[in-house]
Amino acid sequence: MKRMTMINFMKGSVMKIHRLSRAYRCLSAEGGVRVFSSASGPRVCVVGGGPAGFYTAQQLLKARQDAIVDIYERLPVPFGLVRFGVAPDHPEVKNVINTFTQTAQHERCSFYGNVNVGKDVTIEELRRAYHAVVLSYGAEGNRSMKIPGEDLSGVFSAKDFVGWYNGLPSNKELCPDLSSETAVILGQGNVALDVARILLSPVDMLKETDITQNSLAVLAGSNVRRVLVVGRRGPLQIACTIKEVREMVNLPNTGADMLPSDFEGIAEALKDLPRPRKRLTELMMKAVKEGRDDKDQKCWGFRFFRSPVEVIAGADGRTATGIRLALNKLEGSGEGTRAVPTGQLEDLECGLIISSIGYKSFPIDPTVPFDPRRAIVPNAMGRVQDTTGLYCSGWVKRGPTGVIATTMNDSFDTARVLVQDMEAGEVDLSVNKPGAQAITALLRTRGVRTVLFPQWEKINAEEEKRGKSLGKPREKLLDVDEMLKIAWS
Amino acid sequence: MASRMCVQVLARSSLALVCHPGSTRPHLRFLHTAPKLCSQSQQNGSSDSKVLVHFVNQSGVKSSVFVTEGESLLDVVIKKNLDISGFGACEGTLACSTCHLIFEESVYDKLEPIVDEETDMLDLAYGLTKTSRLGCQVTVEHWMDGMTVRVPHEINDQRGKQEAVSSK
Ligand SMILES: Cc1cc2nc3c(=O)[nH]c(=O)nc-3n(C[C@H](O)[C@H](O)[C@H](O)COP(=O)(O)OP(=O)(O)OC[C@H]3O[C@@H](n4cnc5c(N)ncnc54)[C@H](O)[C@@H]3O)c2cc1C
Ligand SMILES: NC(=O)c1ccc[n+]([C@@H]2O[C@H](COP(=O)([O-])OP(=O)(O)OC[C@H]3O[C@@H](n4cnc5c(N)ncnc54)[C@H](OP(=O)(O)O)[C@@H]3O)[C@@H](O)[C@H]2O)c1
Ligand code: FES
Repeated sequence: MKRMTMINFMKGSVMKIHRLSRAYRCLSAEGGVRVFSSASGPRVCVVGGGPAGFYTAQQLLKARQDAIVDIYERLPVPFGLVRFGVAPDHPEVKNVINTFTQTAQHERCSFYGNVNVGKDVTIEELRRAYHAVVLSYGAEGNRSMKIPGEDLSGVFSAKDFVGWYNGLPSNKELCPDLSSETAVILGQGNVALDVARILLSPVDMLKETDITQNSLAVLAGSNVRRVLVVGRRGPLQIACTIKEVREMVNLPNTGADMLPSDFEGIAEALKDLPRPRKRLTELMMKAVKEGRDDKDQKCWGFRFFRSPVEVIAGADGRTATGIRLALNKLEGSGEGTRAVPTGQLEDLECGLIISSIGYKSFPIDPTVPFDPRRAIVPNAMGRVQDTTGLYCSGWVKRGPTGVIATTMNDSFDTARVLVQDMEAGEVDLSVNKPGAQAITALLRTRGVRTVLFPQWEKINAEEEKRGKSLGKPREKLLDVDEMLKIAWS
Repeated sequence: MASRMCVQVLARSSLALVCHPGSTRPHLRFLHTAPKLCSQSQQNGSSDSKVLVHFVNQSGVKSSVFVTEGESLLDVVIKKNLDISGFGACEGTLACSTCHLIFEESVYDKLEPIVDEETDMLDLAYGLTKTSRLGCQVTVEHWMDGMTVRVPHEINDQRGKQEAVSSK
């Protein structure tokens, strides 16, 4: 691997040799060793090494044969939610990593991990060093239910629960108590179904995935037998998609526990639905009809028309023992269908509550505009509002919805807009920009050491090695210090 | 290199099929599920490469290629390095719908029946039509000779809007 990189490095220098004299001037000022020059090529900085960052980089490299693209990532490891979000039993989704790896290894692309943008380096500093900066830092927070009892023990956000089973370093200590028989998940998106499936899947199936060993051990001792996935609106508004519902239906030894009353009037509405919604609804109705078998040891079910109002505490006042739900009726139609409380309440007994009502982006730096209501960087087609040379893509641009393909398309769009702006002179390419030269020097003075892509590949190799002995594709490292030690070894 | 075999029918732009001219490393994608990237027989144009398939990409650019029977349309796009942005993100494992293609009705009607799992993914695709299928699930057969498959125009429409803005 090292050799490959070296060869590409040399090829790069041969290609650019005619520009060396100009490049040299800019480089000597920076005191660096890279041979790439910005004499005529745009230097673009991408903040965040998830799908949005990699797809934006891919399109920029393709559209501008002279562009140099550097990706800065907070963690020592790349790929964002493909590594820390996508469920361990969906390895095929993670095939996109092969394309991302090719982008990272592209001769005009560099990956700098272990750089917390906004803290280690400011956006202003990046904007000074690059012709353009693209924000692709995703959505690392979660929406809060804003109900009493949300902080009780036994209540988790799906973001943290997913981070725990997927080995996100900041969630490694989560250690959820799975001694309760019933778990309630609030929200009915695909993340909710990922969590439900992980809670109900046989451990024998999970142990061959890249789920972390410590979460596997906790799941092996789980008493959870019943998982209810609660939504505020009705079956026709459900946010998850059919593949994920089919996976629930197909779970071994697990039946469906649904309320037929939730589906009143749905059969009549079917014929007017577009095909995707129609098939999804039909599948749910089939599950309602089939119900559960006496042989089924476990069950899952949707509960509709219910909004969380309070987490009920047990005698100790600290532990959740149930959730109080407000019953709703629907008002409006189509996309605008709203849940309105009827005034009736219902209590559900459960010792594990997972709130899966969506992720949320944070502001990265006080100089960058942020829309607190929508929790995104305000933008027009990826151009950040009122800030020349600043762009955004992915969840921080659109909000925290959409599959990888959605993120891909919107990242391609942002890259195209950026290239158009370069061609139209909106982004000034007439001045030389030092790019990574300046930034890595700055980081050095601040005691921040980066993890380059070949160094990530050492972590990758170590994880694959540890996984192999366990019969898994990889065993993720959970500790940032350990990652760094291996990367720099 | 792979595109040497392709008959280029350039409807709108002569840039089709050129693979990263400034790049010293061809930006080929690896198909880990079918790791026979650009086999020799392909490049030498062996006689079993004889089914002609026309692809129209997002930008309306048509490329025509001779294909070996038994390959999936995803294999073809990768092997011939056709310029279709983001095609086949999950590498043919029915987990993404980025390999969405639109068929002519007469061809669509004769395709192998679709399974639920393919429809599940297809239902999430952009610009779904009545004759849509996922390219990774359709295998090229002799009778398809001369067919045209299209990538939906969504992204192109979006770009059109942006071009209109920037040309002001
Ligand atoms: C639990 C879950 C499961 C999912 N499963 C699927 C699935 O099966 N199939 C599918 O198609 N889609 C799935 N998705 C959706 C998919 O993950 C998103 O569409 C996609 O990851 C969004 O990409 P992004 O790059 O905008 O954000 P992210 O993937 O979050 O990437 C953002 C990156 O920026 C980095 N970053 C954050 N702050 C900073 C900073 N200050 N400095 C530097 N770097 C920073 C982060 O560490 C991260 O690497 C899932 C999402 C979730 C939440
Ligand atoms: N396998 C996959 O392909 C996969 C897996 C995981 C995630 N993803 C994608 O990642 C994205 C994020 O997934 P997600 O599940 O986090 O989000 P999501 O799909 O937007 O679902 C959010 C859920 O939370 C509910 N909700 C929001 N605010 C609420 C509130 N205040 N009170 C009660 N309920 C509330 C929503 O209900 P309303 O509809 O009423 O607002 C909805 O049911 C999605 O696009 C998803 O498809 C894909
Ligand atoms: S390549 Fe992903 S579904 Fe066909």
